[in-house]
This record gives sequence, structure tokens and C-alpha cells, in this order.
Amino acid sequence: MKVLVAVKRVIDYNVKIRVKPDHSDVDLTNVKMAMNPFCEIAVEEAVRLKEKGIATEIVAVTVGPKAAQEQLRTALALGADRAIHVETEERVESLTVAKLLKGVVDEEQPGLVILGKQAIDTDNNQTGQMLAALANMGQGTFASEVAFGDGVEEGEIRVTREIDGGLQTVALKLPAVVTTDLRLNEPRYAKLPDIMKAKKKPLDTRTPEALGVTVASGLSLLKVETPAERKGGIKVGSVDELIDKLKNEAKVL
Amino acid sequence: MSILVLAEHHDGQLAAGTAHVVGAARAIGGDIDILVAGDGVAGVAEAAARLDGVSRVRVADAPVYAHQLAEPLADLLVKLADDYSHVLAAASTEGKNVLPRVAALKDVSQISEILSVEGADTFKRPIYAGNAIATVQSSDAFKVITVRTTAFDPVAEGGGATIEALDIVVSSELSRFIGEELAQNERPELGGARVVISGGRGMGNGDNFKLLDGIADKLGAAIGASRAAVDAGFVPNDMQVGQTGKIVAPDLYIAVGISGAIQHLAGMKDSKVIVAINKDDEAPIFQVADYGLVGDLFEILPELEQKL
Repeated sequence: MKVLVAVKRVIDYNVKIRVKPDHSDVDLTNVKMAMNPFCEIAVEEAVRLKEKGIATEIVAVTVGPKAAQEQLRTALALGADRAIHVETEERVESLTVAKLLKGVVDEEQPGLVILGKQAIDTDNNQTGQMLAALANMGQGTFASEVAFGDGVEEGEIRVTREIDGGLQTVALKLPAVVTTDLRLNEPRYAKLPDIMKAKKKPLDTRTPEALGVTVASGLSLLKVETPAERKGGIKVGSVDELIDKLKNEAKVL
Repeated sequence: MSILVLAEHHDGQLAAGTAHVVGAARAIGGDIDILVAGDGVAGVAEAAARLDGVSRVRVADAPVYAHQLAEPLADLLVKLADDYSHVLAAASTEGKNVLPRVAALKDVSQISEILSVEGADTFKRPIYAGNAIATVQSSDAFKVITVRTTAFDPVAEGGGATIEALDIVVSSELSRFIGEELAQNERPELGGARVVISGGRGMGNGDNFKLLDGIADKLGAAIGASRAAVDAGFVPNDMQVGQTGKIVAPDLYIAVGISGAIQHLAGMKDSKVIVAINKDDEAPIFQVADYGLVGDLFEILPELEQKL
């Protein structure tokens, strides 16, 4: 089975962001970028499926500027066989990304598509669900476990989902879309020889035009602000003092 | 304008979040309908009809809607979409699962997890784990929105909306339900609790989370955890408070053995009063805590439980 795995270039999760002085957006100049953490989990799951002999080929795909090829090389170093870069310098919304990925799905005909559940920049949590809708596939969002054959029929995937209050297990007809949650796996680090080898793996580029997608936007970003800072309070010296403050000052007990 | 709110329900009970979503719908203004979809949901529909400001509760009661799978629910919402200018749901795992599918099928953008309504087409929402707040304006004729329930007051009860049965049954060939494992406990739900006490990596192991039980019992609190505690395998993921877990805003939040990574702060910094208990007096959690207590949590917790 061919597995398509989508990755996104985002600000490194350790970086503290700054809002531009004109409030037009977050300032990303000279900021360290990295693969979105949930996408790392997606790549790792694809690699594990290949190690188990379920996946036969892993194709990594990203939508973004030229620099996003760095994240595709990371995916290749982690075990993807080849990569597709849908190149655009414009700000793309989840719906546009989903349409572009649908174009790649039509070309590649994967048996399974794995994405991160959300990107840590826009925190939208939309793209996987939108792709599933556009491709008329079932969706296993917020996955903590995926399995084949285990209680599900041939041509299905079993996905255990992290939902409010616990876990839900569904069977999806293949091809299907899975989005990853934290506990699905612990991603490995790329080894140096694999990073060298990744430079020689095939990386094709596509344009939105070639995929028949117009980069449009239904949302305009009017303003970006820093949230009101919460001020630190005081240190108390004992449990008694804490209880006293909560009762008599904060009045929450 | 007319707004459709997707009701959320579990075990025949209307979820508390739905009244908050109706609160957001009222801030937008216009006629408000609620959609209750499920299998055997007459009681849920009656509860939804009591919410203030709701004109009509539309009920799709059929086996295909049991377990609220995204594929049939999205198809149902799309069939109803032409009657509405907005569709709203809570930014819960259910709303997040279903609504983007609706948006894509209607070829519109989704506005995720709104914090405030600035106008019928303009909303504030958090980005970068809440470290920035974006104001976005939608030019789509049909607006698909998920709502951060803690950011909106719930509407009261006392309304008397009409209840209307829908006979729309969609097919469901893409997915089927296998099973559910829901945490069984008597505690309030994390998202709606008045008091939350959370443990972090400093708890040391999952067993030590029992130290929080007695305090939670006395305060009527929900118990949460940091991502570090979940990653370390101490507790299940549905207890996670933070950017990638639950967002809470209780009257009192007690962080125990939590250092205060920005991903965790994103999930709790709108709490009214924050207490931090940590042995490291340099821990970043103290920068947002109203009351900090530096010390060994294994001594502090039993003492706190006893003295409360």
C-alpha cells in the first residue's frame, strides 16, 4: 500500500513568537523553523507501517515556499521514499491546502493519507478533515493507534481516536485519512547517514496551477495582537497562608 | 441571519458546552436553531429546547447518527446548510472532527475556536498556542465556526423552542463505529469544572496522581495533567490541559509539579485564580500564578488535603 504523508514547515515549537509592530502578523524573519511536531508523528507512523510490511512506498508532500523543501528532506531522512513539493509563496488556508493535497491524492492514488491533527502556528485543526471530505474518504482524526486486520475487514483500517472523555475506535474503508495525536508514537531522530542519503532521493515540484487549484482565501487577517499578559502574583510561605489567601483574598474557596 | 448550532450530547445528556455555543450564536445575532443528531435523542432535544434564545430544535433521530461519526453528521449538516448563514459547534473533539468536513463540502473556510464575536463576519481567535490573537474576517456567504466554550457565557434555561423532527437519513459507507472506552468517574468534566487541579512531570509517576484525588474531592475539582505527564505515561491523554489538549478557564486552577511550558499555559492561563506548587522557585509557572508555594509536593499535598 502506498502511504502519502503531509508535512508542514512551521516555527520551531521552542521559539517564543513576536507580533510585528504594525500588528499585521507574527514576525517570522530570522526565526528557527522546523517540521510541525504532529507531522513528525505522521512520518514516523508511515515509516513504522513500512517496517511492518504494510506500507510499500512512502510519499511525503508539503505545500509552501521553496524553503519548505528542508522539511521534505527531513521526511526523506526519516524514511520517506520520495517527496512532492507543491510550491507557493502565498499564504494558504487549510481549505486551499486540502484542495492541493486532493490534487496530489488524485495523481498518486495512495491507500492511506496521514497528516498531523493540527499545525502549531495557525492551530486550525482542519486540513485532514477537509481533505477527507474532498476526496470522499473516511477520516480517523486524533489517532492514538492504527491497525490492520485486527478486528476489521480486508480493505479497512482500524483507528483508535482520542476524544473528550476517552477513546473511540472506528473502522474506515480504505483509502482513508488519518490525523495523528500525541500518543500515536514517539518519532525517531534522523541519523546522519540517512540525512546524507535523503539528499539523493527524488523530490518533484508541482504548482497549484498544474494541480488545477486557484489559491484563494475566504478569510482576511485584519489584525494580530499579543494577548493581555498575565501578571505573576506572590509567593506564599505555607499551606495555611495559601488557604487563607484563597479564602479571604481571592474568595475562591 | 440564521444560525444553526450543532448540539453535543453524551449518554442521553445535552453537553454543557452547547449552552456556551448558543451564547456565541446570540453574540452574532439572528434566529438560532439547534440540531440534535443521534439515536434515541428525544431527551436531548427537550433539554436543548429549554435553552434561552433558541427558536427551533431540529432532531435527526436515526441509528446512522449514533456515536456522532463525522462522515454522516457532515452530510446531514450540508443538507441543512442552505437554510443558514452560520453553523456553529463547540471546539471539542467532536466539533473539530465534524465541522471542517462541512466547510470543505460547502467550499468555504472554517474559523476555528473563536474567542469573541466582533461582528457577524469578524471574529478573534488564538494562534501560536494563544501567544497571539488574530482578528479574522470571513467573506464566505456561509460561515463555519467552532467556538472556544470557555470564552462565552452559557445562556440560561427557560426558553421554549419548538421541536421539529427531520427525516433526513444519510448513508454511511466510509466509516463504522467499533467501540468506545470512556473514563468513568464522578468528577466534573475538565472543560466545565469550577476548580481544576493538574499534575505535571513533578508528580513522578501515575500512582502519585492519587495524591490529587482527596483535594479534588474536597473542592469538587476536575483533575488535569500537563503534556509532560501524559508523554511520560503517567495519565491518559484526555486529562491533558494545553495547546494540544483541553482548554480550561476555571475559577481556581492549581498546578502541581508543572513547570509551565508555553504549551501548557495556553490551556489554562485564562483561569481566574492560578495556584502553583513546585519545588523549583524559578519555574516559569510562577510568572503566571497568583499564589505560588515553593516546596516538596509530596509534603504539601497531604497537608493541603487535611487542612481544606
